[in-house]
This record gives sequence, C-alpha cells and structure tokens, in this order.
Amino acid sequence: MDWPILSTLTFLPLVGAAFILVVRGDAAVVARNARNIALWTSVIAFVLSVPLWIYFEPADAGFQFEERVDWLAEGITYHMGIDGMSLPFILLTTFLTPICILASWESIQTRVKEYMIAFLVMETMMIGVFAALDFVLFYLFFEGGLIPMFLIIGIWGSDNRVYATFKFFLYTLLGSVLMLLGLLWLYFQFGTTDIPELMRAGIDPFWQRLLWLGFFAAFAVKIPMWPVHTWLPDAHVQAPTAGSVVLAAVLLKIGGYGFLRISIPILPDATVTFTPLVYALSIVAIVYTSLVALMQEDMKKLIAYSSIAHMGFVTIGLFTFTPAGVEGAIMVMLSHGLVSAALFLCVGVVYDRIHTRLIARYGGVVNRMPLYAAAFMVFTLANVGLPGTSGFLGEFLVLVGAFQANTWVAFLACTSVILSAAYALWLYRRVIFGVITREDLKAILDLNKREVAILAPLVALIILFGVYPMPILELFHAPVENLIAQHELALEGLRGATNFAAVQ
Amino acid sequence: MLYTLIVFLPLIGAALAGLFGRVLGVSGSHVVTTGLVTMSALLSWVAFWFVAIQGNAEVVELFPWIESGALEAMWSIRVDQLTAVMLVVVNTVAALVHWYSIGYMHDDPHQPRFFAYLSLFTFAMLTLVTADNFVQMFFGWEGVGLCSYLLIGFWYHKPSANAAAIKAFIVNRVGDFGFALGICAVFFVFQNVEFEPVFEAVPRFVGTEIEFLGGHFDTLTVITILLFIGAMGKSAQIGLHTWLPDAMEGPTPVSALIHAATMVTAGVFMVARLSPMFEYSEFTLALVTFVGALTAIMAATIGMVQNDIKRVVAYSTCSQLGYMFFACGVSAYQAGIFHLFTHAFFKALLFLGAGSVIHAFSGEQDMRKMGGVWRMIPLTYALMWIGSLALAGIPLFAGFYSKDVVLEAAWGAHSAVGELAFVLGILAALLTAFYSWRLLFMTFHGHSRASHEVLHHVHESPPVMTVPLVVLAIGAVFAGMLFAPMFVGEDHGFWGESIFVLASHTALEEAHHVPLWVKLSPTVVSVLGIATAWWMYIARPDLPGRLAAQHAELYRFFLNKWYFDELYDVLFVRPARAIGSFFWKKGDEATIDGFGPNGVASRVLDLARRATQLQTGYVYHYAFVMLIGVVAFVTWYLLVVGM
Repeated sequence: MDWPILSTLTFLPLVGAAFILVVRGDAAVVARNARNIALWTSVIAFVLSVPLWIYFEPADAGFQFEERVDWLAEGITYHMGIDGMSLPFILLTTFLTPICILASWESIQTRVKEYMIAFLVMETMMIGVFAALDFVLFYLFFEGGLIPMFLIIGIWGSDNRVYATFKFFLYTLLGSVLMLLGLLWLYFQFGTTDIPELMRAGIDPFWQRLLWLGFFAAFAVKIPMWPVHTWLPDAHVQAPTAGSVVLAAVLLKIGGYGFLRISIPILPDATVTFTPLVYALSIVAIVYTSLVALMQEDMKKLIAYSSIAHMGFVTIGLFTFTPAGVEGAIMVMLSHGLVSAALFLCVGVVYDRIHTRLIARYGGVVNRMPLYAAAFMVFTLANVGLPGTSGFLGEFLVLVGAFQANTWVAFLACTSVILSAAYALWLYRRVIFGVITREDLKAILDLNKREVAILAPLVALIILFGVYPMPILELFHAPVENLIAQHELALEGLRGATNFAAVQ
Repeated sequence: MLYTLIVFLPLIGAALAGLFGRVLGVSGSHVVTTGLVTMSALLSWVAFWFVAIQGNAEVVELFPWIESGALEAMWSIRVDQLTAVMLVVVNTVAALVHWYSIGYMHDDPHQPRFFAYLSLFTFAMLTLVTADNFVQMFFGWEGVGLCSYLLIGFWYHKPSANAAAIKAFIVNRVGDFGFALGICAVFFVFQNVEFEPVFEAVPRFVGTEIEFLGGHFDTLTVITILLFIGAMGKSAQIGLHTWLPDAMEGPTPVSALIHAATMVTAGVFMVARLSPMFEYSEFTLALVTFVGALTAIMAATIGMVQNDIKRVVAYSTCSQLGYMFFACGVSAYQAGIFHLFTHAFFKALLFLGAGSVIHAFSGEQDMRKMGGVWRMIPLTYALMWIGSLALAGIPLFAGFYSKDVVLEAAWGAHSAVGELAFVLGILAALLTAFYSWRLLFMTFHGHSRASHEVLHHVHESPPVMTVPLVVLAIGAVFAGMLFAPMFVGEDHGFWGESIFVLASHTALEEAHHVPLWVKLSPTVVSVLGIATAWWMYIARPDLPGRLAAQHAELYRFFLNKWYFDELYDVLFVRPARAIGSFFWKKGDEATIDGFGPNGVASRVLDLARRATQLQTGYVYHYAFVMLIGVVAFVTWYLLVVGM
C-alpha cells in the first residue's frame, strides 16, 4: 500500500500540538516555542498538501488516495479519500492555517501555548472532515472541530465572549443531535456508515425526507442559512482575528461541503423535494442579510452578514444541479474562504492598533496606511464580485445555473450585485477615505512586514483565480458531472414513481 | 502580436506606476504610463489601417478563462471594423488625456496613483471593446466602472467626491444587474457565450418564447432588454443617468476621458456590437429609440440652467449619448458609432477646455463667478469655440456630419418612434446650441464676476495641456468631413460584418434621401439657439433672471434635474436603510434571537453560573453531550452486535 498521505496530513498538526504540550520553561520561552512549533507544523502541513494537488488526477471522478482500515466495527471503517470537490478545501485549510498563526503572533499574549494547541487540533479536524469517507468519521471530525473553536472564542475572545459562545453552542448542538440521530438510523438500517456505500443504498423516500431534515439542521446552522444564522455575527465579533478567519473561511464551508458529500448524493429524492425550501431560504438570506449588513456599525458584524449573503449563493448553486451552478457554488465557497479571511485579517490589522471595531471610530486611514488601503480595496472588490477577482466567477456561475433552474431565483439573487456594492463600498469609504480627525489615527502605522507576508499571498491568489481559475475549475468537472448524473437518475426515478402511481 | 500590444501596453504602464510609483517617482510614472499609452494609440491607428481600411478582421485567442459545463469563455482579442474604430477613439483620447494630465495634475501629491488609474482604465476599456464573448465584455464593463469609481473618488479627502464615486458605482451596478441577467439568459437560450456562435444561432430563435419571472415573453426581446438595461447604466440614459453629473467631482481629465469620450459610450458600443441580436426585436429597438430620444431632450433641458461649467458639459454628454442611442434604435448603428467617434473629439476638447478655464480661474467651476477673460486666455477661448461649433453641428465641423445623419436616419425610419426621436432631437439641438453659447458667453464675455485676486492669476495653460487640446480641435474640425463617406456613406462596405442590419431596416439608406427641410432644420435650429443665447446673455443680460422668475416652477424643475435624486432617495435609499434596520433590530435581534437562543440561553446561562465559576464551563457541557452521543452509539452497537 502507498504511503497514507491523507492520514499523515490530517494528524500531523496533532503531532505538533503534542510537541507544544510538552514545552516547558518560563512563560516567554513557552510562548515563543509554541508559536514557532505551531507555525512550522502548519507550514509543513501546507507543503505536504501540495503534492496532493500535483499527483491528483482531475479527470478521475472517483475517490483518490483512498485509505481503509478496520475500525470500530464491521461497516464502520476508517475510510479516507478525496475527490475534486474535497481537495480544494483541504488546500484552503492548510494554506490558511499558517496565515492564522502568523496573524495571532502578536495579538495573542495570554495562554499562547493553549491557543496554538487549539489551533492545530482544529486544523486536524478540518482536514479530517474533508477527507473522511465514513459518516462516523465525518461526524467525529465535524463535531471535534467545534470544541477548539468554542475555546478560541470563549477564552481569547472579546468582552461578550460567553454569550457568543453559548449561542454558537446552542445552535450547533441542535443540528448535531439531529444529525447524530440520522447517522444512528442509517447504521441501524444498512449496517454501514461508509459514504460511498450509502450513496448506493437506495433509501426509502419517506425516510430520506426525515433524514434530510435532520442533516439539514446540522448543515444549515453551519453554513449558516437564514433563519439559523444569528450565532454567526456574534461569534465573529467576539472571536479573536484568527478565530474569525478560520470560522468564516473553513468552518462555514463544512456546511456546504456536507450538502455536497452527504445530503445530495445519499438522499437524492428528498433533495429534489426540498429544493424549493432551500431556494426560498437562500433568497431571503441574500436580500435580508445584505440589507442588514448595510446598517451595521461594527466592521466584523458587517463582514459576517455579508458572509451569510454569500453563503446564500452557495446553497442556491448547489441545488440548481447544473454544472455551472454546482461548480459556481464550490467556487464561491473557495473564493469566500480567501476573501472573508482577508477581510477579517484587515479588520484585525486596525483592531490591533486602535482596539475598536466600530466603523465610526475610523476614517481617513488611507492617509497613513496606503498599502493597507490598497490591499483592503482588492478584498472589498472581490467581496463585491468584481470580474477579475475570484469573487466574480463563483457568483456568476451560480447565477447562470440559477437562471436555468428558475428565473425568479436568479433575478432575486442578482440583487446582490447592487446590494453588495452598497454595503462593501460604504464600509470602505467610512473606514479608509476622508480626512483623519481622531488623534489616535494620526499616528497609526502602515502594514509591517509580517502583515504584508500575510496579506500579499491572499491578494495574489484572489487576482490569479479571478483571471485564471482553470486549475481549480478543472478539479470540479468530473465529480460534479457525476453528482448531477446521480441526481438526474433520482429525478427520473421520481418521475417513474409518479407515472407508476398514475397508472395505478 | 500587434493587437496584444495595443491591449496590454496600458496595463503594463498601470502596473508599473501603481506598484512601483514610489520608486519611479512622479516623472517616472509619467513616462511609463503616458509613453506606453501613446505607443498603444499609434499602434491603434496601424490596426485601424489593417482592419478598417484593408478589411482584415481577426480574433486572437489568448488563454481559457472559464470552463464549466457547456459554458466556455476565452480571454481573446477580437478586432473587427467596429473594434478598430473604438480602438482609435479610446487610445487617441486616452493618450491625449495622459499628456494633458501631466500639466493639469502637476502639483498633486498622488500623481503615480492617478496615472496608474488612468492607464488601468484604458486597459479595461480596451478589453471591453476587443471582447469576443459576453463574459469578457462584462469584465471590461465592470473594470471601467471600477476605474471610474476610483478616479471620481481620487481626491478622497472630499466627502462629495467619495459620495459621487459610490453613487456612480452603485447606479452602474443597477445596470449591470440587467447585464448579468442578460448574459445568464443568453447562455440559457444559446448554451454559449461566445459572440460568433450566438449571433449565428439568433435567427433560429426569432419568434420563440421563454419563461421569465412567471410570464412568457419573446426570447430575443427579453435578452436584449436585459442587456440594454446594462447599456443604460453605463451610458447614463434616463433613469440611470443620475451618477454622471455627480461624477464631475473627479479631476477634469477624468471627466474628459471616461465621462465624455470613452466609458459612457460603452453602452452604444454594446448595442452596435450586439446588433445581430437587437435587430430581431422590434420592441427593444423601439425602446432604445424612445429612451435615447427622451434622454437627449431631458439632459438638454437640465444643461440649459446649470451654473457649474462641468455639469453643463456633463448634461450635454448625457444628451448626446441619447442621440447615439436613438440612432441605434432606428437601426442606423453606423450613424450612432459615427456620432460616438466625432463626439469623442469635440466633447473631450470641451471638457479639457473647461479644465483649462477652471485652471485659469484657480479652481473655480461656477460660471456665475467667471466672465470677461477671453482676451487673457485667447487660445482656450478659440478652442472652446471650435468645440462648441462642433457640438452644435455647425456645417463643416465634425458634429455637423454625425448629428445630421443621426437625425436624418431618425426621420428616415418612417416610424412613430423614429419621428418622435427626430422631433425631440431637433428640439434638443436647439437647446444644445443655446447652452453651449450660454457657457461661452458666461465664461468668457461680459464683465468679469471673479475676484481681483483670481483675475490677476488668470493665465493660459502650459503647452503640455494646450497641445493635446489643439490635436483634439483638429479632430473636432476634420473628423466629420474626413470619415463621413466611410462611416455613413452610401456604400456600407466599410463596416464589413461587424454591424448587422436587417434588409428591411432602411433608415440609414433613407437618411440620404430626406426632404430638404429635414436636412436643413438641425443647422437652422442651431443658429437659432446661438442667436437666443447671444440675445439673452450679451444683448439683454437681465432676461434670464426675469424668465426664471416668471416660470419659477419650470425653472426649479430643470435646475433640480427633474428631481430624480430626490425621487430615488424616497423610493430606494431610505426604504433600503429602514428595512435593513427593521430586519436587524426586529428580525434578527427581537424575533429570531428572542425566541431562539436567547430564551434558551438565559436558562442555560443560569444553570452554568450555578454549576461553575469557570468561564469555559460550557465546553464541558458540549463535551458532555458529545459523550452522551458516543455512549448511546456504542451501547446500541453493542446491543446489535451482542444480539
């Protein structure tokens, strides 16, 4: 058997965390070593993930780098593997983790050791969730990733962190319990939790619907969809910068990925049934949260609401079952991973200096921080979906797909073209443009080298994928084609069933 | 290679000045941006020779951009006759504006940024006009919108400039909303977004219907109307025009390049480029004609009473764009593009001339504080005259040829909407001449109303500014008579296959055979307009005030720009903010949180407080729940296996 690269990649951060655990000495030394170990571990993980991309075969629709080991029981195996839909998310995770650790370099000064451990554990969980091909394994990683996130918000967050963590906890608890029930039912019924096998299980349509709703609870909270989204703005506002980055860039995507990996392929009939519900909630999310974003006074809250609107595009795209729509949705997720990460990092940059996120406390920042203003501009434009940035492509493809599925959906989703420009440019104007009036801003310093090192790769990737997204897009073709073919089969089955009923 | 250079030289300039502006310094930035754009301009004329004169249309494919299912879009450079004309217009004006800006912006501290934006704009505009598919066109379309936003808000310390920049972007996005949906509709119907295959397939879809927003409509009408909404936004047509006058907050060279000669004409270009689609929808064509005609007259009535010199010229631009649109609407695309071509020269001239005036008056833009300086700045004065003569369509000047053929084509369409366009166009021509000479008289003649200090400083601009003006003036004089036979002559061979007109649409043909009074009336009303301006602002300077007082209602209606801004504020801006607040406070906070997590959380929080003083107590709860899950799972598993 080949070297188990997926497991190595998944558990490498845990090894790093173990090293940090045994670091001893006085506080300063421990903090320094913890930071260095965390950074090096995450960099090595990133370097390891690159060959994954190089040796990946995009034309193959099946799972690659598969590993299967007996585990809990018959039917519950340790099954890992990736396809073109999961690979980019793993790359996104390994790419952003070093950036997050660098972003926490100076802003985290208390309990550095524990913080770095939490971050590395989270990285393991996130890679794991995208590589897992067994539902139990998926569930463990899915839930396991939340614990370090709770800790990061609850311990290193802002003033109202306890409230935010509780809210986050309550929402995700609701979803997780229902998903667990569904998972139990599946195992009870089919004696396996292997995802590829469950795809072939042919579940009874009635049970499909119940299961779908159970899983939907978990994934809808995670993405999040309206109206179970209100935990997100609070969690973002309270989380430390790097926490927000991971939350927005990767954790939210697990919800979308869940639809892609679990709900749609395993429960195809129910997916068809509930598509209108998803459209309706997504449309509400786009219009509603965009308007709410317009009125925000806190930078992080504004970006959080804009994230929810963007995730509305994801859910629409996934449920159009057109190549453009589904590929667009995945692209929106990836692009949002980069763009929201970058925006939260930008907020972090000025927060570290002025210690407030209130938009009204800023203004005229460009006068002192031209480099920062330029980077922030690129990210704002990507958030607005300007062609030439990665933000455009996904949203455009989703719109193209949605138009094929339902013109009303496309029409209403397209209002985001106007609304996103309004809230994003309005934010930019109030923070960056104008004349500096406040004393503390007059001495504010532009990006330092560490911050440039954090933001520059993001600028480069956002523009690169805006102009030449083919390396990413070509990963999606085969698995998405497969997904749609499966879906069409299910659809025919449904029609057949109705015809059959009609004949009877 | 030639075409690739034309498109990418300005980008290289923009990147160099933008990224290394501090290293290059001010003059270094001037050299790279202006030099490369000038080179691109010269090459454009070579391309014009190859393509337009010799008829070698060509498409250069660069590399793939998007592939998703059947949707494939390439980065490519399409150069046909229509593109060649646009290349010449865009690059020539861009190069001259770069030169002019070296003088105009000489004491600005952020010149590298300014020149980087200008060159970036040029690049975006070039990608727009050389696009070979809808998506690349949209890229250029949004790209020029971005640069326009950046340049309007260039002086970011001015709140008014920031507001104008955002307004421009958002109003344009309303248009882009239509454009984006239009592209979706094109792909939905044709399963393709490349121009050639779509155009070839168009005739097969004539008379078919698609379902759109619950109704069934003619396929091509839906698509073309959606696309035309995009054109209306970019070209500031009635309803979506409100951003253009505000855009004058940007530096004047920007107004000349973007908001007169190039970007705002993108809508006209789009309609001409997509003529193989527009031709098959009579309804859309009538709509285009109607919107154009209405814009022409509306903007002219507003321009007539404005006091800010740049706003007068801005409304004039808006009005002239209306002419171009109704020309396209009656299927005389060639005439529309011809007017676009001549307009680029004389309107850029007028804007840069206005800039020169503002420069002379130490930054003053209010014409009520000018006057009596024509002897002090004779060159600017003469150039402004040339620009105005061309704009008013006085014989032999460029505007004469293009405006006449536009109006004659409107007449020649022999349709109700065509005749409406003709009548409104003639009326607008009267007003055009009137406000142009009102501008000239208020700015240069009579007693000066400027302060002594300002008057003392009045001076002619340096050669780096006046030479580009002279070049534009040459264009404003000769562009019409030189190119009229080619662009709109009786032999249509010039355009090749770049513009498609149905054989039954004969407006341009008919334009050559109109009654004498139709031919003469534009000139007659123009002379009349000039005479009226002379009467009101030279002979009887007390008249305008009395007229305004007599017709106070009407005057205020025009002065306040038909109350569009106020209307939009009430209809869109305030409701959006009110609804946003409502959703936030009443929706998210009161309803969802109130009934959901907060209700539950307060219970849990009580428990948690009692149970533990640790801040991280909730984690144990969470871990506990997970544990229960795992325990339940294992128990049950054991049961099943045990059995």
